[in-house]
Amino acid sequence: MYTHTHTFKEMQTVTLIPGDGIGPEISSAVMKIFETAKAPIRWEERNVTAIKGPGGRWMIPPDAKESMDKSKIGLKGPLKTPIAAGHPSMNLLLRKTFDLYANVRPCISIEGYKTPYTDVNLVTIRENTEGEYSGIEHVIVDGVVQSIKLITEDASRRIAEYAFEYARNNQRNSVTAVHKANIMRMSDGLFLRKCREVAENYKDIKFTEMYLDTVCLNMVQDPTQFDVLVMPNLYGDILSDLCAGLIGGLGVTPSGNIGANGVAIFESVHGTAPDIAGLDLANPTALLLSAVMMLRHMGLHDYGNKIQTACFDTIRDKKVLTKDLGGNSKCSEFTADICRRIQDLD
Amino acid sequence: MAAHSAVLSMSKIIKPFWGGHLGNTVKVFGTTLTSHRNKSSLTRENIPPPAKYGGRHTVTLIPGDGIGPELLNHVREVFRFSCVPVDFEVVHVNSAVETEDDINNAITAIRRNGVALKGNIETKHTMAPSVKSRNNLLRTSLDLYANVMHCQSLPGVQTRHKNIDIMIIRENTEGEYSSLEHESVSGVVESLKIITRNNSLRIADYAFKLAREKGRRRVTAVHKANIMKLGDGLFLQCCREVASGYPDITFDSMIVDNTTMQLVSKPQQFDVMVMPNLYGNVVSNVCAGLVGGPGLVPGANYGHVYAVFETATRNTGKSIANRNIANPTAMLLASCMMLDHLKLYDHASSIRNAILNTMNETRLHTADIGGQGTTSEVVQTIMRFIQSKGQLTSEY
Repeated sequence: MYTHTHTFKEMQTVTLIPGDGIGPEISSAVMKIFETAKAPIRWEERNVTAIKGPGGRWMIPPDAKESMDKSKIGLKGPLKTPIAAGHPSMNLLLRKTFDLYANVRPCISIEGYKTPYTDVNLVTIRENTEGEYSGIEHVIVDGVVQSIKLITEDASRRIAEYAFEYARNNQRNSVTAVHKANIMRMSDGLFLRKCREVAENYKDIKFTEMYLDTVCLNMVQDPTQFDVLVMPNLYGDILSDLCAGLIGGLGVTPSGNIGANGVAIFESVHGTAPDIAGLDLANPTALLLSAVMMLRHMGLHDYGNKIQTACFDTIRDKKVLTKDLGGNSKCSEFTADICRRIQDLD
Repeated sequence: MAAHSAVLSMSKIIKPFWGGHLGNTVKVFGTTLTSHRNKSSLTRENIPPPAKYGGRHTVTLIPGDGIGPELLNHVREVFRFSCVPVDFEVVHVNSAVETEDDINNAITAIRRNGVALKGNIETKHTMAPSVKSRNNLLRTSLDLYANVMHCQSLPGVQTRHKNIDIMIIRENTEGEYSSLEHESVSGVVESLKIITRNNSLRIADYAFKLAREKGRRRVTAVHKANIMKLGDGLFLQCCREVASGYPDITFDSMIVDNTTMQLVSKPQQFDVMVMPNLYGNVVSNVCAGLVGGPGLVPGANYGHVYAVFETATRNTGKSIANRNIANPTAMLLASCMMLDHLKLYDHASSIRNAILNTMNETRLHTADIGGQGTTSEVVQTIMRFIQSKGQLTSEY
């Protein structure tokens, strides 16, 4: 894991991509909270709309790429998914441009936002470049379609190594590989083998393997038995959303994407919510918690903890909640309450 | 159409003599039966309960591994006690050997008897990739294309969510479970997921027919067509086509990751769900977990001709095998589903009611649902309930 070493109060640049819909308002909420907390972050705002580069290939705007390459850290709001726009989704473009191979979602129960599941504290680490989402499909004959799931040694080893590194750096006790090697013998078998190999180098972390269906079954009965989960793309997609559902949904779930060369982009994974955009009704929690994840990634744990505590206290207090959390306050009121708590904590 | 109904009425006469060999008979008479879909396979009216001699049915029993053998022994015990006219033909399948002789014997036995009850056969994935999953082999060889699971909240069991009543219909033969894999370059493995129009239409048809039969209002197709545009796109398209023929039933679709999220927050919104193989695996396990765990839910695999019954989540349960702590409910309810299939409705209801009554006794709950009861205590209580209802039981 890439930790920036820095002198106290040295400003770090972070590329901020506000996004569409409610993106801009929740981004400004996060910026305001960071300012109040006096976090040493300098925001560089960039837009990512697909443009056609030389050779006809779609790419992200060069100034956005340049900013990310320099700062290495990004925070992103929700992006509109274009339908029939002729170009692939922006998320996909970002992923390809920066080789974002690991999607990390810590799912921790939020005290004060009650769901049927309490004490959830797990992390899903999903391989994000290959697997079932390779996008390779053919119509073999009329009425028969073949989708190819690709598993490679390199990608599997890379994600396994990241998972164990993450576990070690975040004081987690065990890593569980999720697979279906009983049915997909060669592909998931390869993934599993690589995980086992990497586990040899991390004897301090407990390594277990579990079938996907067993994980699902146990997850909805007792999620406390899970710690860090590592898995290929499709299972990761399903499981990470399942775990998000356990703690309250995408509106409160943080997410981070780790790429090669030390690049990391943290994002909220909910939609753009165009129906409430610009009405000061949005809930900035997901983006805020992703920003906290970012702070921890950068080694700024104190600031991260302070902001997270303030956020959780506000939610637990239940006095100023946005509509999706069960209250009827405005986004600005919610933000102001968090800022107030941060000032009180100082 | 006249010729068609003539064939059917003729087949009713021929049936008692030819039993399961109806297809050949029809070919002999020079007319071709139109597609299987006209055979009303769901209501199973044209398919006679197979292998019935002297009023007793013969059913293939595959003990499997882990908790399979002990649970199936309990089923036999309960059947013997209640004088159910079913004889079991036991076929063992050894999961440790690489040859496929055992599973082929089992498949032949099921072809002979038409119905089977099975435990899960372990797949040791430390063996070579050419050694395929035995359970999968069974399902594909017998073309058991529909896996049906009914998840219902049971009154005596404590769960986080209440009032769940979901029927899950999962395509059982293709999709990600096609077992077609190869290593194209060293270190790069490709696994093929196959979706065909025929199978998708078939499973969608089954789902809608079942929904109508059971008086259900809504069918939801679960997919990931935003990513797998061709594959899941085809599946979704087939579902839509079939849905247009059932205007009384609402049809909608949902992406699989959103589905799992909705299931853990508001599972009461779902009615009937239909999906390809892998998503079916995930969703059925999530739903089983929601209603109380793998020990409670029975599952059935239906084809046009054969039916195999087992627990819904197909667990081997190696860690709890032979310790008298496994929950027999799922396997016993599966055997009741089998009795319904064999049209032995009275026996099925009697055993089912006994099971549900036993569920209400919290002190008997096994470990998986939070109690400390043993398997044998549960089975004894079930048999006591059956006896108290006054039906004919054997001397115990």
